[in-house]
Amino acid sequence: MPGDVVIRAEGLTKRYGTTVAVDHIDLDVQAGEIVGILGPNGSGKTTTILMLLGLTEPTEGRAEVAGFDPLQEPLEVKRRVGYLPDSVGFYDGLSARDNLAYTGRLAGLSRREIDQRFAEALLRVGLPDVGRDRVGTFSRGMRQRLGLAEVLMKRPSIAILDEPTATLDPHSTQEFLGMIRGLKADGTAVLLSSHHLDQVQSVCDRVALFNRGRIALSGSVTDLARRVLGGGYVIDVEARGAAVLDRLAAVSGVVRVQPLSLEQFRVDCEGDLRAEITRQLAPTSDVLGIRFAEPSLNEVYTRFFNEVHDAA
Amino acid sequence: MRRKGSPFTGVGVVLAKEAADYLSGTRMWVLEALVFLTAIGAAYAAILSIRASVGESPFLFLRLLTMAQDPLPSFIALLGFLIPLVAIAIGFDAINGEFNRRTLSRVLAQPIYRDALLLGKFLGALVALVVGLFSLWLLTVGLGLLLLGLPPNTEEMVRMVGFLVATIAYGGVWLAVAFLFSVIFRAPATAALTALGVWLLFSLFWSVVTPIVTTLISGPPEGILGPNVDYLLTSHVVDRISPNTLYAEIALALLQPSTRALGPVFYSQVQGALLGAPLPATQSFILVWPQITGLIAAMVAIFAIAYVVFQRQEIRA
Repeated sequence: MPGDVVIRAEGLTKRYGTTVAVDHIDLDVQAGEIVGILGPNGSGKTTTILMLLGLTEPTEGRAEVAGFDPLQEPLEVKRRVGYLPDSVGFYDGLSARDNLAYTGRLAGLSRREIDQRFAEALLRVGLPDVGRDRVGTFSRGMRQRLGLAEVLMKRPSIAILDEPTATLDPHSTQEFLGMIRGLKADGTAVLLSSHHLDQVQSVCDRVALFNRGRIALSGSVTDLARRVLGGGYVIDVEARGAAVLDRLAAVSGVVRVQPLSLEQFRVDCEGDLRAEITRQLAPTSDVLGIRFAEPSLNEVYTRFFNEVHDAA
Repeated sequence: MRRKGSPFTGVGVVLAKEAADYLSGTRMWVLEALVFLTAIGAAYAAILSIRASVGESPFLFLRLLTMAQDPLPSFIALLGFLIPLVAIAIGFDAINGEFNRRTLSRVLAQPIYRDALLLGKFLGALVALVVGLFSLWLLTVGLGLLLLGLPPNTEEMVRMVGFLVATIAYGGVWLAVAFLFSVIFRAPATAALTALGVWLLFSLFWSVVTPIVTTLISGPPEGILGPNVDYLLTSHVVDRISPNTLYAEIALALLQPSTRALGPVFYSQVQGALLGAPLPATQSFILVWPQITGLIAAMVAIFAIAYVVFQRQEIRA
């Protein structure tokens, strides 16, 4: 059911000795949505995931995944959750099929289900003809796809993917993100971690930005952009002519103008000023293009943490 | 806090996969070739010398296993030496290998507990070891049948089966040692070397260590009034810390039926005994029962330590 909370974390904390890996995290994921947990390496993303799966014991706080406490009933949680670890590994000496059949049997699938779902999953991740090949011969991208095939085989209600695109080239990344959207179309809730903010922002319904074990910000990407970048209207202008920068800054309602290149400018404004800007520029220059900029998560992130840093 | 669900969920699946991996793997073939060739060689050499001296003992078949023919040591001495090596070679990368291949988190994300993984892997390796030892045992008996031309009697069979069970327990102890180090050390080479170090200590140097430790505890071997009985008793205790000693004692008592005692024997104890006459099989079993239980207990205890260490480990590499 959309709207049902399938993952809930309340005050989840993990300490290793005196270092705090995860510091009082609150997180909600609803059925059928894709939530990204984003942040630099070592910000506590993987530890959070391991606590949600019951593979690591939280020092404090509690979690509920698919209606079960991962600490008390990890088996019930793991029956319902598909997990793709970062830098996923396989038994190199075994074929792709034997590798996935092993985890399939551990997941309690029958032989028939395994055969049927394996073929189907391989097709979906774009590796249709490699079932009998030894995984030792696979490239990294293929292993990553095989890892996703394993998640698909389980037909989980929740998929947790840890850095799924970290080792992929840009083209494979796009394909992989497409497959993740496919999971959502099946009704699976997806929790996705990444340190490539811009790469995954396109698939995430909501994101939580991690920094030093805390969730610094969370919400939809546009929401965050409005909150952090101010104004909320960012317009990209491409114009050729004299003193474009000064003329843009002179428009009333413009907060900030940032030159991107010789002829490209990014304008933060308080409202939709596209018409005003065009009028202002028209007498002296040629306006080649004007449109709303996609708010970039990277920018949100950098700006936010610079501010936090300055404030501290 | 109590966790729900059986810790044994998935043990069978892990066991089946591990046993299949071992039995089809190159490593196992190499190890078995090594053991089979040397052990069969020893048995064959024993057969040749037995043929030359038929009728000296009512237990011809057992002599097949205990007789040493230069330059080869006896069958049981070879097994005592080689089985730890095989067990260590099977188990040294059992758990750290999963870490290094990065398969551990993927496997543990399935609905099983860690308990099932460790136990399944151990039992899988044990099955592989048992298959190897059992086929070696059958082969030796077969060789004896063919070349000696007479079947073993019931008593000999009972003793040989008991010996097989003890051999498996002995292998299990060393397998547990290998597993322990594979849990403790992340690098397989470190785990292998440490396990081999322990093996060397017990198989080569323990006979050097025993007198030193015993003297420290109970004083010199010779007292003013003759041999120091305290020393003898302590020396046995220290000696029996080594699984190799336990195994050697079991082999001796079961396969040489005339063995009446494994410790010091006092004159009062041999009164009325027919020296050199064989004991019935049941009596031989009673004689080594502590050794057999000791081996099994050692296997369980070492495995338990490995289990606790593994439970406390973090999954992330």
